[in-house]
Amino acid sequence: MDLKQLYQDIILEHGKSPRNFGKCEKYTHEAKGHNPLCGDQVQVYLKLNNEKKVEDLTFEGSGCAISIASTSIMTELVKGKSVETAKKIVIDFLNMIKSTSEIKSNDLSKDQKMIVMSLSGVKQYPMRVKCATLAWHTLTSAIERKKEDVNTEAID
Amino acid sequence: MDIKSIKSQFPILLKKINGKPLIYLDSSNSSQKPLSVINSLDYFYRNEFSNIGRSIHSLAVNATNKYEETRMNVKSFVNAKSKDEIIFTKNATESINLIATTFGQEFINKGDEILITELEHHSNYVPWHYLRKSKGAIIKFAPINDDGDIIIQKLKELITSKTKIIAVTHLSNVTGTIVPIKEIVEIAKKKNIPVLVDGCQSAPHLKIDVQDLDCDFFAFSAHKVYGPTGVGLLYAKKKWLEKLPPYIGGGGMISEVKKDKITYAPLPEKYEAGTMPTAEIVAFNESIKFIKSIGIENIIKHEKELTNYALEKLKKNNSVNIVGNPKNKAGVISFTIKGIHPHDISTIVDEDGVAIRAGHHCSQILHERLKLTATARASFGVYNTKEDIDVLCKAIENCRKVFELK
Repeated sequence: MDLKQLYQDIILEHGKSPRNFGKCEKYTHEAKGHNPLCGDQVQVYLKLNNEKKVEDLTFEGSGCAISIASTSIMTELVKGKSVETAKKIVIDFLNMIKSTSEIKSNDLSKDQKMIVMSLSGVKQYPMRVKCATLAWHTLTSAIERKKEDVNTEAID
Repeated sequence: MDIKSIKSQFPILLKKINGKPLIYLDSSNSSQKPLSVINSLDYFYRNEFSNIGRSIHSLAVNATNKYEETRMNVKSFVNAKSKDEIIFTKNATESINLIATTFGQEFINKGDEILITELEHHSNYVPWHYLRKSKGAIIKFAPINDDGDIIIQKLKELITSKTKIIAVTHLSNVTGTIVPIKEIVEIAKKKNIPVLVDGCQSAPHLKIDVQDLDCDFFAFSAHKVYGPTGVGLLYAKKKWLEKLPPYIGGGGMISEVKKDKITYAPLPEKYEAGTMPTAEIVAFNESIKFIKSIGIENIIKHEKELTNYALEKLKKNNSVNIVGNPKNKAGVISFTIKGIHPHDISTIVDEDGVAIRAGHHCSQILHERLKLTATARASFGVYNTKEDIDVLCKAIENCRKVFELK
């Protein structure tokens, strides 16, 4: 396996300069996630408007390049989408990481699909899958207003 | 000391990982096993296996003798006074749990204090936390300085009339700090406080003399001392083992069982209930022989040289930050690289066949104290060479290339 398959330029770039980093104003939902194996942490701040559309989505936290890039890419993809679409994108992403390597969603543009598929190399590194999925599980938790923090060790 | 011949005794070190020769730098996590240990497991199961201590037949007698031979050699390995002071457990974690549970049951009451340090592995904190929950005990942390040394004066000041036990590591699994146990025991003795030493990291790398240290309890794991998994060791002064209640109940640890009364077996069986990992304990004897054949003084000297060489080389790389700078340091080097998370470092060097650990190494209190969420760690065993460190340093340089950092 070529390391460049994992650390593609898009990932390195998002890892170094994450988008939507910080706490957005007037967020309506939030959730925390952490990976006890490495100590990575993420907080997701979600602002839904009256039409249940994701008006803003930001994050704070610390982690490896994979986890930061994955979170950053997630915020870009989900912003502006309806909450139902957001949920579908999350499921699609998790399937891609775990099995299919492809994004089937009709809700993303070609460019967006290309960006998110840059993370599919993670599948070849089983120990790193949780780095990539932490934020996505945390977003689900925020949408569903779950009380408990996300713990990657408690998730398949 | 002929490292090549030592290395050749470890079959796994001939393996290739990702097409490159394995460079194993994760011995603080667990050490690899020499052929003599692997062969012993095989031989025992093929020729000598029987459960011990229960049957009269010849196989059982021989297996029991082998099992007890390891105990005798562990006794001499740590220089205990009596073989009755050596208890076999599952791992060092269980050894510490054994003491925390039984000592807690007998001697810890609400408001009593347990003094540990900021250096501790979770296995020397969580068992005491149970007593905080169940008994209302208080846990105090002796602080460390930025170098990773325990501030002995502060530890002294934290001792009160309520302090019931001090539990401290002998060698940090993160900073490599060698803790001055004798000094701490001396302080504790003046106040009649027993000291438990977590010797997981020190047992394979330092000379262990429990009589000289004068600690009350010393816990370690066979698997870090070139031995099999599933075997933990507990040294405890006889006066404690006689006073403390048994831990796990069942067969083998009893003397007489009546409907209304149970009496317990004498030491050390009192603490070894149920069928033990017999083959592994027998094979651990070979690990001790392996260390003896090289000589612990030679091992210390070799690992010191390796550590100094690695530190010198790593310090030349400006992007590498070494965690801690203790007065006495063993072959454990935790580090960070500016702009690259330890997990990414580990994945990238793994591509070059280099096995290091990344994360908080079960020491979250220490990482929090040093304001780090995670570190990368290279740790050495007797089989490592300067060439291994050269490969590590090259692999680290590759991290910056992959990340396109200047």
